[in-house]
Amino acid sequence: MENTDRLRQRTVRGLPTSAGRLAGVLRFARLGLGVIVMSLGARSAVSNPSVQPLHAVDGPMTRGEYLARAGDCVACHSNPGGIPFAGGFAMPTPFGTLYSPNITPDKATGIGSWSAAQFYEMLHTGRSPDGTLLYPAMPFPAYTKVTRDDSDALFSYLQSLRPVSQINRENELRFPYNNRSLMYGWRALYFTEGTFVPQPKRSREFNRGAYLVQGLGHCASCHSTINALGGSADDSAFAGGLIPLQDWYAPSLTDDVESGLGGWSVDDIAALLKGGVSMRGAVYGPMAEVTHDSLQYLSDDDAKAMAVYLKSLLQLKTIAPQPSDVTAPAAAVIGLGQTVYATHCAECHRTDGKGMPSAYPPLAGNASIQMDVSVNPLRMVLNGGYPPQTAQNARPYGMPPFAQVLSDEEIAAVVTYIRVTWGNHGSVVTPREANAMRLAPLLD
Amino acid sequence: MTLWKLILLSLCLYESGHAAESMVAPDTIAARARGCSTCHGTQGQGTADLNFPRIAGKPAGYLTHQLLNFRDGRRSYPPMNYLLAYLHDDYLQELAEYFAAQPAQAAQPVQAAQLVHNEKTIDAAAKVGTEGGVLARHGDPTRGIPACVQCHGPRLTGLEPAIPGLIGLNSRYIAAQLVSWRVGTRHANAPDCMALIAARLTDTQIRQVSGWLAAQAFDPSSAAPAGSWKTPIACGSEP
Repeated sequence: MENTDRLRQRTVRGLPTSAGRLAGVLRFARLGLGVIVMSLGARSAVSNPSVQPLHAVDGPMTRGEYLARAGDCVACHSNPGGIPFAGGFAMPTPFGTLYSPNITPDKATGIGSWSAAQFYEMLHTGRSPDGTLLYPAMPFPAYTKVTRDDSDALFSYLQSLRPVSQINRENELRFPYNNRSLMYGWRALYFTEGTFVPQPKRSREFNRGAYLVQGLGHCASCHSTINALGGSADDSAFAGGLIPLQDWYAPSLTDDVESGLGGWSVDDIAALLKGGVSMRGAVYGPMAEVTHDSLQYLSDDDAKAMAVYLKSLLQLKTIAPQPSDVTAPAAAVIGLGQTVYATHCAECHRTDGKGMPSAYPPLAGNASIQMDVSVNPLRMVLNGGYPPQTAQNARPYGMPPFAQVLSDEEIAAVVTYIRVTWGNHGSVVTPREANAMRLAPLLD
Repeated sequence: MTLWKLILLSLCLYESGHAAESMVAPDTIAARARGCSTCHGTQGQGTADLNFPRIAGKPAGYLTHQLLNFRDGRRSYPPMNYLLAYLHDDYLQELAEYFAAQPAQAAQPVQAAQLVHNEKTIDAAAKVGTEGGVLARHGDPTRGIPACVQCHGPRLTGLEPAIPGLIGLNSRYIAAQLVSWRVGTRHANAPDCMALIAARLTDTQIRQVSGWLAAQAFDPSSAAPAGSWKTPIACGSEP
């Protein structure tokens, strides 16, 4: 079956590089829990019509498999070159290395002896049937919102897989993080059990999108600000943050200056999520894997529902563009940046920065290159990138890496140039910052 | 540079660039392959930095295998592994076929200039004398090492569909590949014949043969047609 083949291909070809997987890794360090708080109470989301797929899923994918895609389970529960869902994937965190468990239905080493109720309890409460408190590398703070119905479908799908006998590898967490009872404290601070409660005044589409974004999609795992304990305050959900150990910045989804999604059409957001490219920008870094392994499998309606909800998040917090009090770039820096741009960038992104979308994304007005944290544009220039190959973008255009041809000064100058030209409001980037990103991990 | 000159330059750049620029990217594989250009040249002809090999005119099967090997981690080079992570077999093959179809001749001027520039490499090759040539042409039967020419061809320009030419490459690049096979950062499909050969080569032999190969005059000939000769050793990448 085609989907099974795709799944296999993903795992066989997956490198330990897979950035999005690493994002999964850092759920431990990156949890946005605020969203959960607003949904306390009511455990009645079972069969709630607002969270059902808007249309039947086409093709041979079962509902459970579809939900597994929406949750991107395979990203963490598979080892590169290993069997999908058999676990063993190493997830480096600031606290040590975690290894994902086997979730195939093998009775001895997988979850073959679990019941559907136990599976739901695990998703909902972050506790295994044997009482073990899960580390938040498993995004249970988001999965707590998954309905019992969806949990059962997911469970049936996982139980339908071929059982693989593969013993789970022990985690290698440093003292004191290797003491699981610390999770009691962590949970008290940062985890609230909850179910998804639709907002009755909002559309069915909005609620479906909210359910996917907050629940299985576990977007907050990366797109939230975290603290040193690997938790996040309620008001930091979807506020954006640097992904630890990866040197990629997951932009805020609530601050329009940072995400810029406010100016995007719902169709452009949906195209970006599902296809990996849009007229406004392309996915790259860890998000490329999320689109490749998860979002591209969503129905058009579900991708659009997520887009509708994401766009609405911007209304939660509106920040007026502030006059930048940062140092204006020196004329020499702009001169160098412009020369580098004309030599290496303008052929695709055009002199006016408008690009040739969706093949070559626009830089003028592109929020992702203007954020205060400049790691993303620096890494794009240093490392280049091809957006993921998807059904909508079957033959992606790519950007070459420039790390090997440009000096730190040139990289800093050209990134500064694109951050301040064409009405862009970014700040100056220094050669030292450019140099630091040369060491950013491409593999994990 | 004075401010006036800067402004003037800006205007010139703006105007010159502006007039000819399209809003739509060419719907071609060449435009899609621009992600390869800074290292391998726009047509794969190589760049002034010979640490990045030319890929123009190499057999399509060889290039496809390398792209798959990079994507799947059999061949480790993080910048390549990263670029290809989310591209599929069909598209990687299309990219490989594009570069395979580009004329290897395009490489000549750059390669020649770089070889002159790389006098040290040539000196080093000269110092190792003719041993590298003997190894390339006759192998080392005492260590069970076949000659390069037995697979890569009498002119070392490769064999369709999957054996690459060895001429026009930097000695450091060639040596790095042989060492990569030895230390396990480069693998090919099993049976991995080059891993076997690299394991048998001494450090000195790697230096000698890399230096000698790099010192040979560039030959723009394409790889010989499939089946032109019989290879002496089983290779998983060969059909």
